[in-house]
Amino acid sequence: MNKYDELEWRSFRGTEWKDSVNVAKFIEENYTEYTGDDSFLVGATEKTKTILNKVEVLIAEELKKGVLDIEVSRVSGINNFEPGYIDKENEVIVGLQTDAPLKRIVNPYGGMRMVEQALAAYGYELDADVKKHFNTYRRTHNDGVFAAYTTDIRKARHVGLLTGLPDAYGRGRIIGDYRRVALYGIDYLINQKQKDLIELENKPLNEYNIRLREEVVLQCNALKDMIEMAKKYGFDISMPARNAKEAVQWLYFGYLAAIKENNGAAMSLGRTSTFLDIYIERDLKEGSLTEEQAQELIDQFIIKLRIARHLRTPDYNELFAGDPTWVTESIGGMLDEKKSLVTKNSFRYLHTLINLSSAPEPNMTVLWSDKLPLNFKNYCSKISILTDSIQYENDEEMRPIHGSDYAIACCVSAMTVGKEMQFFGARCNLAKALLYVINGGIDEVKFEKVVDGFELMMDEYLDYDKVMAAYQLMMQKVAKTYVDAMNIIHYMHDKYAYEAGQLALHDTDPTKLMAFGIAGFSVAVDSLSAIKYAKVKPIRNEQGIAVDFEIEGDYPKFGNDDDRVDQIGVELAQSFYDKLASYPLYKGAKATLSILTITSNVVYGKKTGSTPDGRKAGVPFAPGANPMHGRDVNGAIASLNSVAKIKYRDCCEDGISNTFSIVPAALGHTQAEQIQNLTNLLDGYFTRGAQHLNVNVLNRETLIDAMENPDKYPTLTIRVSGYAVRFNRLSKEQQLEVISRTFHGTI
Amino acid sequence: MKGYIDSIETMGLVDGPGIRMVVFLKGCQLRCLYCHNPETWDLVHAKEITSDEIALKVKNNMSYYKNGGVTFSGGEPLLQPDFLIDCLRKCHELGVHTALDTAGHGIGKYNEILEYTDLVILDIKALTDEDAIKMTGKDLSEFNKFIELVKVKSKKLWIRQVVVPGINDNFEYMYALKEYLKQFSTIEKIELLPYHLYGVEKYKKLNIPYPLDGVKALTDQDMIPFMEILKD
Repeated sequence: MNKYDELEWRSFRGTEWKDSVNVAKFIEENYTEYTGDDSFLVGATEKTKTILNKVEVLIAEELKKGVLDIEVSRVSGINNFEPGYIDKENEVIVGLQTDAPLKRIVNPYGGMRMVEQALAAYGYELDADVKKHFNTYRRTHNDGVFAAYTTDIRKARHVGLLTGLPDAYGRGRIIGDYRRVALYGIDYLINQKQKDLIELENKPLNEYNIRLREEVVLQCNALKDMIEMAKKYGFDISMPARNAKEAVQWLYFGYLAAIKENNGAAMSLGRTSTFLDIYIERDLKEGSLTEEQAQELIDQFIIKLRIARHLRTPDYNELFAGDPTWVTESIGGMLDEKKSLVTKNSFRYLHTLINLSSAPEPNMTVLWSDKLPLNFKNYCSKISILTDSIQYENDEEMRPIHGSDYAIACCVSAMTVGKEMQFFGARCNLAKALLYVINGGIDEVKFEKVVDGFELMMDEYLDYDKVMAAYQLMMQKVAKTYVDAMNIIHYMHDKYAYEAGQLALHDTDPTKLMAFGIAGFSVAVDSLSAIKYAKVKPIRNEQGIAVDFEIEGDYPKFGNDDDRVDQIGVELAQSFYDKLASYPLYKGAKATLSILTITSNVVYGKKTGSTPDGRKAGVPFAPGANPMHGRDVNGAIASLNSVAKIKYRDCCEDGISNTFSIVPAALGHTQAEQIQNLTNLLDGYFTRGAQHLNVNVLNRETLIDAMENPDKYPTLTIRVSGYAVRFNRLSKEQQLEVISRTFHGTI
Repeated sequence: MKGYIDSIETMGLVDGPGIRMVVFLKGCQLRCLYCHNPETWDLVHAKEITSDEIALKVKNNMSYYKNGGVTFSGGEPLLQPDFLIDCLRKCHELGVHTALDTAGHGIGKYNEILEYTDLVILDIKALTDEDAIKMTGKDLSEFNKFIELVKVKSKKLWIRQVVVPGINDNFEYMYALKEYLKQFSTIEKIELLPYHLYGVEKYKKLNIPYPLDGVKALTDQDMIPFMEILKD
């Protein structure tokens, strides 16, 4: 008999999850699959509407000013701020990052320079004492990284061969298992960690285990901080949650601790809807909760997630537009071959897009399988058509690797919740690397030597075999520089900006994935295809650097289901991955690779000269793994098929992002037809082994109008690569790039 | 067997039920005033393709088409009967649903064509010979031969009617159409398509004078009162 059986764990089935932390087992033994339709859903309560109105006013003000406010006298930390409220009386779920809504936190652990730039940009200054103490007594992640960076890394960073590396801000993409706070309470979790610490005494005290021992102690301290933080709001989270309201509140405190302590690029939530459904079902059965109250809990929880903020520099905003936080929540998926993990609460989460209107955060991610209940699939399609706010990822590809209890961090990165973590690593510009092959390692924009050991290729026409052979060597060298950078970054991040709160909600020695990335994929692939199938003549400047290319004849382009070029892409991804995986990685991590750019495809394009595919200097790349704009001319399926060919398993296990836009009229005449067609489209795409799809159902004309009349479309949300964004928060350049994308079904 | 096509849309979502591959065959003898695909009239720039290649494409994309199918459109698909029959038969061998998007103006072999057709999407151009000649340049004699067989074989039907200002955007025509359609017992759906201007640019590019120059486009909204008449 466990001490929580009487009250907190009453009527829960199973015992295995009680003996040690095992949320997956708890879910499996206690959840109620829901195969019905959306008719049970209810609207927002008056309390929710009141809160929502207040938040909308604040957000409008924030949008005008850039930031609403910044706390400059305290720094990030789980328990470093006084409690804050939006409207205490009407808040069913409480807790803010600081003592006021949308007031941002300063996090100097990542780097002081970044903090000072960000503050300066908005006209703030760090409290003199804080500044003095930090500068005197504390080194930062950024200090550490730049002390260790090699010459090659500095050069690659400077020219934009490697961009977006998390060397001045939090790495993010770590998902704490926030459900553990609700299910077990903090005391239980501390107890487990202490047992682990003793267990570790049996291991050899090498560098790895010494570091781990210290980390576990930091984790225990963080857990204690969580208790204190929640106490300020009047809750005792040392014990497990007793009902649904507490479960949502406890879980949120776990997440809140993470975003008080860290400012990672992507601070994702995990997979919480079905877990919470168990508590809601128990309360509904006991008669202590109504459907209205259940929806209210979720609506108010989601409002809180929508107002999470981090302090960024304007440079960062140029790269990732719209102040994204990637509070990614993974919904749906299958438990096994037969039973889905869909519950009523999966519907309630998506329904917030109606009750609270469409919004980019939380980043709603549906884990798709053709075996999901048809009612749920059709509901997802309906919400996609109405809001353009959902992304879809293939459960049938990810579940075999990560088991049934995984979640997506950021956009497309799968990890088993609480058991796997990621070392995030931005991306490498493979289109630029290809130009280096032709230009003897000299950058085509800055005219500096970046990679040694290569000669200018002075052939009149580029020779495919010669280019390809040199490209392989180039990728091997670039991969080395990339791996070095990542090993340094994550070593220093652990040393100076360790995410104790988030890692406390992991198993003590989780599996580590080191996530590398590719930018400029379709540009590199089309360029290779042009060299192979057409005649490509470099136009060189007096130094011999190719500044433009003449293409004679036509060539097959990625995005048309044409194996001649698609296979070049498949092999390119595999070949780069194999090279990355050939080097040893920090903490014994496993290498993974993504083809994902988010909105940085615009900046990457800007920094890259003309390419052999005919793309001119400065023109944006296609996002993620998308075919280049307007080159996929054989219809949507051909375009999707090309992307679906890129291998996920053992190659791009960190995700392959594809963004798909279709005009409503082409999707079907009536809403019922549109829903059915979108469901069939997703079934069709994912049964081909594809990994990710963003779906936008909208007209190009709407976007053009929204660009000219932003006030007419305050909530127009669109999916870009891996996240959603309010259209009016994109830069002009990014808006134009989105408009130039292929819209399928244009008559 | 070889045939001539203008293009293939791999994801057609409005020409028949579900997700469909739509094959646009080349060639049409009609010259409808509102035609928005003038590039499909003749065999200039036609792509040669075999029925096997089409069947292979269908097979490769079966994950999408399993609840949809294949639609042969045009141009006028009935003008390449042997090729069409071959394609339809091969689709049926793959177990995929077939639709024919036609104005019913071919050159025979209708019996065999319809044998392998699950759905006929029938484009109504006019109700009398006189109007048909004005609208398309041809009378209804060929059309009538085709629809006789559709009726005999009780083929499922979707009716399409383009509504053009000044020509048939009136209640009188809609009542007449309603009367006319009573001869069919297998109609599943009637679609009124508002006249649009997407063709104008194409005519310019092809250097063909646009017959409906100056006529304004209609909207879905304009179709509502007409749909009311045709509803049952």
